[in-house]
Amino acid sequence: MTLPRLAAHGVTIGYDGRTISTGLTVEVPDGSFTAIIGPNACGKSTLLRTLARVLSPTAGEVVLDGRAIREYRSKEVARRLGLLPQTSLAPDGIRVADLVARGRGPHQSLIQQWRAEDESAVADAMAATQVAELSGRHVDELSGGQRQRVWIAMLLAQQTPIMLLDEPTTFLDIAHQYQVLELLRSLHDQQKTIVAVLHDLHQAARYADHLIVMKDGAIVTTGAPADVLTAELVEQVFELPCVVSPDPVTGTPAVYPRLTD
Amino acid sequence: MSEGAAGGAIDFGRTTRTVRSRRFSARVPVRIVAVSGGLVALAVVLGVVALGVGEYPVSPTEVVRAVTGGGEAFVRTVVLEWRLPIVLAAIVLGAALGIGGAIFQSLTRNPLGSPDVIGFDAGSYTAVVVAILALGARDYWTLAGAAALGGIATAVVVYLLSFRDGVQGFRLIIVGIGVSAMLGSVNSYLVTRADVGDAMAVGFWGAGSLSRVTWESMLPALAAFAGICVVSALLAPSLQRLELGDDLAVTHGTRVGAARLALIVVGVAATALVTAAAGPLGFVALVAPQLARRLTHSPGVSLLSAAAMGAALLMSAQLLTLVVAELYRTIPVGLITVCLGGTYLIWLLVRESRRHERTS
Repeated sequence: MTLPRLAAHGVTIGYDGRTISTGLTVEVPDGSFTAIIGPNACGKSTLLRTLARVLSPTAGEVVLDGRAIREYRSKEVARRLGLLPQTSLAPDGIRVADLVARGRGPHQSLIQQWRAEDESAVADAMAATQVAELSGRHVDELSGGQRQRVWIAMLLAQQTPIMLLDEPTTFLDIAHQYQVLELLRSLHDQQKTIVAVLHDLHQAARYADHLIVMKDGAIVTTGAPADVLTAELVEQVFELPCVVSPDPVTGTPAVYPRLTD
Repeated sequence: MSEGAAGGAIDFGRTTRTVRSRRFSARVPVRIVAVSGGLVALAVVLGVVALGVGEYPVSPTEVVRAVTGGGEAFVRTVVLEWRLPIVLAAIVLGAALGIGGAIFQSLTRNPLGSPDVIGFDAGSYTAVVVAILALGARDYWTLAGAAALGGIATAVVVYLLSFRDGVQGFRLIIVGIGVSAMLGSVNSYLVTRADVGDAMAVGFWGAGSLSRVTWESMLPALAAFAGICVVSALLAPSLQRLELGDDLAVTHGTRVGAARLALIVVGVAATALVTAAAGPLGFVALVAPQLARRLTHSPGVSLLSAAAMGAALLMSAQLLTLVVAELYRTIPVGLITVCLGGTYLIWLLVRESRRHERTS
């Protein structure tokens, strides 16, 4: 088996002197749609941000394409993996196309700021996320679902083979959640490697083909949803007694809580 | 070089021109460039008018003749030797204040985050007071050096005090306001200990005036300004990426810590340059980027239009002081910038607090 493009080897991560994870080792299978799941504050986002090089581990190494990620030039990493953070800040008064065009930053230089390929990448990203008709609008006047599609368009315009997304469906209503997940699936179908922190186990099982399950900063298990997502696991990780049975539409595992009375 | 249609096939919601050749490509925001050009033109026109105003009035045609190398010898001395450095100072120092303000407002994501609010002017003031009282210094260069040192030292202290796993904008502003208040009380105390002559020297410097500027003092300032322009142009893409938050700045290829430190250094240098050359000129750095943004509708802060607006503002204020001097008596330009800027600050605070009431 060949080495995956993105992996963490024995990483210890923390902020403000507080350690969140110790000695984590995890691989992101190439071309997978990987979902990181686990209870609140279990270190999902921390792991994702470490994989994106936003956080530096105090021990261990994140390896990208066979080399420690900290040895790369910043722009080189930015051409290989992109991140959509949990909350993003749009500059005051920015319009959709301008924001999507910011995703081209890693491909631009002081003298090459807007090549034909920059323009086509932005146009393609807006078309794929169906925000082309919004392109001249102000970002702050869009609905939550539209705005999230614009942020994903910016990530897409970066044209990285690996895309990391931190809770991309949070704050959206159920229809828009599925719209975003369908969009991620279509990107996955185009050979992108997707890593997303997701809260909804049902959605994670339905869309992801690889799960990373975390609890208290540690990785409990990894694998395909059908193999991993069992009633025992949900009870162990979330302390939620439940029945797991196949989703009537897709046949993927679905969690039905069994509440004691 | 080919010139594409307005923005190509993409609707940017504002007019942009695409410029491309084999080695160079850019998307030019038409409105930002046009507004900035207009502001610079306004500053130059006001500058030509200002070259004619004073105890020895010179008509605009004579001014133009003198600047282009003709006219009477005495008129040329008045216009080129005495007045031109002051007019140049108004334009260049105004632009420097605009750049410094734009950098700090963008880094702190706050329209209040300008160098004079964060306490650099207070630090310069303290150093100048100490230089005058303790060293008995009065000459331009010692005071300029003290002002620059004091401002930079305060910037370092504010930066270190607000550093905790990196520097956050809001903490920088709060720490800056606190340090500024402490320095203010030190300044007041020192002045009460001074004799009348020294206190007047301090007061004269602290009012902020361009009338002390000569060619000799302006040339190094021009060189420093050119350096600041080049470095800030190089750092502008990083500044733009930092606007999206640290996580995206990193994943868009910015070395966040280094970029932010470099931007702070440039912003402080721009401000220190002005304080050294002319004393504190309050509020231009605060006002210029915001007014420029409202005129250009630029997303975030634009360094170019902030610099152009700063130049136009300080040139207008300087012309106003010349007119007031004609009609009434001599006043320092710092008085005008503080009066106009203070009015703007009150309006901004009232508007911000109303907005908070509405949203909460």
